[in-house]
Amino acid sequence: MSAVAAEASTGRYETIRIADPVARPTKIAAKEVYVHYGAKEALHHVSIDIPAQAVTAFIGPSGCGKSTFLRCFNRMNDTIENCRVDGVLDMEGEDLNDHSLDVVLLRARVGMVFQKPNPFPKSIFENIAYGPRIHGVAQDKAHLQEIVETSLKKAGLWEEVKDRLNEPGTGLSGGQQQRLCIARAIAVSPEVILMDEPCSALDPIATAKVEELIGELRQNYTIIIVTHSMSQAQRVSQRTAYFHLGYLVEEGPTESIFNNPQEKRTKDYITGVFG
Amino acid sequence: MNTLIVIAVILIVLSLVYQWGASTSRSVARSAGVKMHSRPVYYGLLLVLWCAIPAAVVYVLYSLFAPTIINSMILSYLPADVAGDPQARVSAMSRIQNLASGFGALGDVPDYERQAARALTSLRWTANLAIVALVAVVGVLGTLFARSRIGPEYRARNRVEWAIKALLITCSAIAILTTVGIVLSVLSEALRFFTFVNPIDFFFGTVWNPRFSSTGSGGQGDFGLLPLLWGTIMITIIAMLVAVPVGLMAAIYLSEYAGAKFRFISKPLLEVLAGIPTIVYGFFALVTVGPFFSGIGAALGLDVQATSAFTAGIVMGIMIIPFVSSLSDDIISQVPQTMRDGSYGLGATRSETIRKVILPAALPGIVGAFLLAVSRAVGETMIVVLAAGNSPVLTANPFEAVSTVTVTIVNQLTGDTDFASPQSLVAFALGLTLFVITLCLNVVAIYIVKKYREQYE
Amino acid sequence: MASTAETPALAGAPSPRSNRDVVEQNLARRHRNEAIFRFTGLGAILVGIALVGVLFGSILIKGVPAFTQATMTLEVDFDPEIINIPERPVLQASQSVAEYEQALLSWRRRLAFVNWNKVIQASLAKVLPAAADNARDAAGMIASGERIKLRDMVEADPSIVGTTQAVSLVAAANVDVWLKGNIDRTLPQHMQQLSKLQQEWSDELYQRGVISMAFSTALFTNVDSRSSPATAGLLGAIVGSVMMMLIVLVVAVPIGVMAAIYLEEFAPKNRLTDLIEVNINNLAAVPSIVFGLLGAAVFINFLGLPLSAPIVGGLVLSLMTLPTVIIASRASLRAVPPSIRQAALGVGASPMQAMFHHTLPLAVPGMLTGAIIGVAQALGETAPLLLIGMNAFVASVPSTPMEQSSALPVQIYLWQGNELRNFFEARTSAAIIVLLAVMITLNALAIFLRNRFERRW
Repeated sequence: MSAVAAEASTGRYETIRIADPVARPTKIAAKEVYVHYGAKEALHHVSIDIPAQAVTAFIGPSGCGKSTFLRCFNRMNDTIENCRVDGVLDMEGEDLNDHSLDVVLLRARVGMVFQKPNPFPKSIFENIAYGPRIHGVAQDKAHLQEIVETSLKKAGLWEEVKDRLNEPGTGLSGGQQQRLCIARAIAVSPEVILMDEPCSALDPIATAKVEELIGELRQNYTIIIVTHSMSQAQRVSQRTAYFHLGYLVEEGPTESIFNNPQEKRTKDYITGVFG
Repeated sequence: MNTLIVIAVILIVLSLVYQWGASTSRSVARSAGVKMHSRPVYYGLLLVLWCAIPAAVVYVLYSLFAPTIINSMILSYLPADVAGDPQARVSAMSRIQNLASGFGALGDVPDYERQAARALTSLRWTANLAIVALVAVVGVLGTLFARSRIGPEYRARNRVEWAIKALLITCSAIAILTTVGIVLSVLSEALRFFTFVNPIDFFFGTVWNPRFSSTGSGGQGDFGLLPLLWGTIMITIIAMLVAVPVGLMAAIYLSEYAGAKFRFISKPLLEVLAGIPTIVYGFFALVTVGPFFSGIGAALGLDVQATSAFTAGIVMGIMIIPFVSSLSDDIISQVPQTMRDGSYGLGATRSETIRKVILPAALPGIVGAFLLAVSRAVGETMIVVLAAGNSPVLTANPFEAVSTVTVTIVNQLTGDTDFASPQSLVAFALGLTLFVITLCLNVVAIYIVKKYREQYE
Repeated sequence: MASTAETPALAGAPSPRSNRDVVEQNLARRHRNEAIFRFTGLGAILVGIALVGVLFGSILIKGVPAFTQATMTLEVDFDPEIINIPERPVLQASQSVAEYEQALLSWRRRLAFVNWNKVIQASLAKVLPAAADNARDAAGMIASGERIKLRDMVEADPSIVGTTQAVSLVAAANVDVWLKGNIDRTLPQHMQQLSKLQQEWSDELYQRGVISMAFSTALFTNVDSRSSPATAGLLGAIVGSVMMMLIVLVVAVPIGVMAAIYLEEFAPKNRLTDLIEVNINNLAAVPSIVFGLLGAAVFINFLGLPLSAPIVGGLVLSLMTLPTVIIASRASLRAVPPSIRQAALGVGASPMQAMFHHTLPLAVPGMLTGAIIGVAQALGETAPLLLIGMNAFVASVPSTPMEQSSALPVQIYLWQGNELRNFFEARTSAAIIVLLAVMITLNALAIFLRNRFERRW
């Protein structure tokens, strides 16, 4: 409760930050991000640096604002009526929250994978080809096929589906569907991939596969993952940020957050006192 | 006035019966010192049911059979020559009725009429007295029977609920009965028609010329369905060409683009079109749209008739726009938000999301909606009666007058022809065709839409 | 494994940098397509709303003038010379009712044969001396139906014969359109309906204020007329329509609500209820004209109910409205959250009590809305009524639902088809305005109820 006390005394709560032992280059720097739903402030002055080529995990109890914050990175909050985002999200010199920036282009660079696998009611091939097609990335049919194959391979799904590319994507198992969605996001070659609780609808075996995939993907992509599972955050992420009631309470290297939390609430949450 | 008094008396009696039942249950409970199974209300209601239903049954039976019985008794007063001649018998009976009611009859009143009238008056008195007494006795007996069964263990509530449930089931069965009624009545009259005309000539005939009711003359006319069916199809196609693009695009805009305020205002405005009676559309087509098109045609040097398949089709399309748009709106809203998120998350624009994700996902439902719209266009009557021109010929030119199945049903059944003539009966054969076509469209559409809904539930 | 991500096999994938350029290149085109798509959608809605405007506009422009009517107030001499009739017969003690009725009838017949045109001519001559010499022209100034008005005045009170009364008489339709400027005054005389003299008289009387444009009460207080467009009214049609709506309210609404209660709350889930479900959905989409065929075959041909009677029309419309009521009632029952039912069941209520005490009251507003919309639909329906003989010309107000009657939409159909179509066009539009006004009121009431009582759970 010290945070609230601090807030009450100073009018502002300051996030506890612990630097990485070896500094990583920053991909996106969020500065003073606020989110309002109508008159209600859902996210309070969140600032965080997202390292490149690494997995950053957002954890925290339900309704803490972690998903809302994630959706700021590719402006998915635009689709929600009367939702307002203030602040700066600096990605290599460009402000992602600047509305003169084309959201179509932004989302081509910052892809997203959702909580529930949501393949389109189309064939597996068409699901992957959807992004490249709308963006006009593929030069010809052969190129498109190559992109589909590459994406499926990167998502570790190629061997399982290569013989049935023309079957509907909705016919796959839940875990396969989620990897299909990851492959779909990869197909437009984003720089950043956002994952909103990607394993919450999956069984443990499918979860393990997706986690393995995330580990591989971070070589090439910057990944931000929202998760309810503390063990998952520990397994896949390099940095972890703990959110509580719309505040970013604490962020730092994953091992340090889990082994040596500075804040009482962080400690309570990761040890399972609440949440 | 008399009826009002009777109704008032019945209501008062029933409310007394109700009170009696309710208070009996209370006193039984008090004297036995136990709790009754049901609340007093139910004992009251049960008594009312036992009082009213058997009495009502008796009365219904009486009113079904008594007039026939009384009539046959009066008939015996008539001399054989009058009773034997149907016409004289009917007129004598009505004179007797008038005499008995005190209205009197014109001209000489023969003795047998006077006697019969007197007999009728006394018979009616007796019968009325008897039925009132009988109804009262049955009501009292029913009430007493129900009263005798009131006890702490008696499950009055269950009995009353059983009766209510029976009533509810009867009401649901009326929907089925309506369908059965439609099928049986239309089918039987259509079969009567097919005793006059060979079904093959009807279903595959290319000439429609039923002539007038054939009174003895040999020729029966031609009853070929195809020109009418073709007119229906042509108008339906034109209507769908108008309604589908406009209705679908309107639905897309309302569900995907419009803000809450715009939706709140424009949706009811569009739905006004759905509430306008079809006769109004027909009049609109006849006096405004038809002359307008014919004027445009004249300006372009084309021969466009004011009442034509084109006029009727366009106006019918306008009528169906809100039907298509509100059905499609429902269907599109059922596509889960996650599907949209997936597409937007990949950087698709709204229109790309709609065209490539939402519409394909909603396609089955939208097809279902279109089939329902087609069914509506096929069965639409008043617009085509007024604006299609009523000319049953096979033509491919939409600017010419045509006729449709529905128009012909109206024409054949509203003339002065004898109901039993093929000229009238053909309306039922046409109605059967129409019913079967729309039934198929509806059932397929309902099935598709239902499956579609279940997919996203 | 992680290091293989950049193997040569995958090098074909475009690097993020070049990818971004490609996406950027296409952006302008994609946003243009987006805008086009969006405006097409908006256009579709605007087209729909514009059509509503055009339809209402054209009908209002045509119909509003018909609500006023050229009317003149004349001093009418009920001259005993012209109205030469005996005393009105009274019922004598020695007479039977039948004989009295016959005497009255022959008295009425004499009254009808009075030369009323002469009475009118004499009255007109008081303001226009020239009228005394031009009988034909004078008679043509007043709507032909107004003779009946004078006759009815005498019939109601024979003592006015010999007196002079100020009577407001409706001018002939020709005079009306002439004064309203709906006729091209430059047309050569042989193409004009009014004679030269009548044209002058009309203008003169209008200037002198003898003829004025008064609100046409005749439209609402008169019955139909085939030959006198200026005095044809809607009273019979309105009464007929009201009777049918009452029948629909009394028959369709309770049955529909009870059926909905059973199907939604008590029916077991089995094939039979599935069948009922499909059947009701299908019935809602069966063309209305098929219900007309059912009415013609069952109610008229089989049960022998009278032609063109509101009772038959009401029953047919009830059957047609039933599915709408059932579907709306089920939807509003379904909208009541199950928790309310479970709470009632949890404290020991029977399913029937939970239904009638808790669920039903919450669903009533929704059911009411559905019922009103159903009744409005029935009010505007035309086609089935034509098939049960309602297209007959009826010049009386029905006093019971068993008598011949017209109905509002049918009256529109009859007027648009009248040989004097050009005069009836304004009247038809006026009738449409009346019909639409009633329907819009009903629908607005439904929307109001929905907004007022709708609860979101």
